[in-house]
Amino acid sequence: MFEQILFYVFSGVLLVAAIGVITSRNPVHAVLFLVLAFFNSAVLWLLLEAEFLAIVLVLVYVGAVMVLFLFVVMMLDINVEKVRAGFTRYAPLGILVVAIMAAELGQVIWLRGSARNLSIIGSQQPDGYNNTAELGRVLYTDYVYAFELAAVILLVAIVAAITLTMRRRPGLKQQDVSRQVSVKREDRVRLVKMDAEKDT
Amino acid sequence: MITIEHYLSLAAVLFLLSIAGIFLNRRNVILLLMCIELMLLAVNFNFVALSRYLGGIEGQVFVFFILTVAAAEAAIGLAILVVLFRNRRSINVDEMDSMKG
Repeated sequence: MFEQILFYVFSGVLLVAAIGVITSRNPVHAVLFLVLAFFNSAVLWLLLEAEFLAIVLVLVYVGAVMVLFLFVVMMLDINVEKVRAGFTRYAPLGILVVAIMAAELGQVIWLRGSARNLSIIGSQQPDGYNNTAELGRVLYTDYVYAFELAAVILLVAIVAAITLTMRRRPGLKQQDVSRQVSVKREDRVRLVKMDAEKDT
Repeated sequence: MITIEHYLSLAAVLFLLSIAGIFLNRRNVILLLMCIELMLLAVNFNFVALSRYLGGIEGQVFVFFILTVAAAEAAIGLAILVVLFRNRRSINVDEMDSMKG
């Protein structure tokens, strides 16, 4: 019963935050609503006993991705009113698509699912079960190639993001490391031959 | 008692909200990216709930990879956005027509 109350409270806040994301006029508010949504999702995943993913969601998403979003939103000077123009122009089409998808998803979840007794709480994990250890064991044995591919994807993302946003400004004084390293003595030191001065 | 339908319904409502957000904010690229993040969150909800329901850990491994790819996607998307804003001084989707013949 207690878990049910927790579920309803946090999912309610999650849905309110999602509505805030899609309707708020200020992009900064939208980002902060998204942060709230991710925190509530982390709590709901904790209810599902997925502890590692809940912590990762807070650390990676709220700590890194959302801060990135916040940086970009604050860096760009967006004309909100101009972007918001035409807010309701495509609303009828959107409502139609959402209604169709709601009907489909409702049919899949409720009409087909209600035939069986699908209870989550009945399948409690045994004592001594460690979600993080189990996930790590599977990740480093069965899915090790996928894990390495994920690492490569992250590397490609780093390289792509840096190369996209780096720009060379003309007239900017900066060091050229390869020229500094490859400098030779002959380029810098010049021996000048001159006669010794005589005493008068 | 919380059943699997609770979680699946929550994920479905979240997914529908993000689709509605894409239709509502279709001129602001930042909000489009955020709606995509919300969509991925809804999908992850399904994976976690079904992994718990079926008693296997594989669904959570999938969520792990989805989080990785979503982080990469957000980083590259925002980098493209910054370059776009630097060149055009605007992120309006309607003005991205410089390749139109």
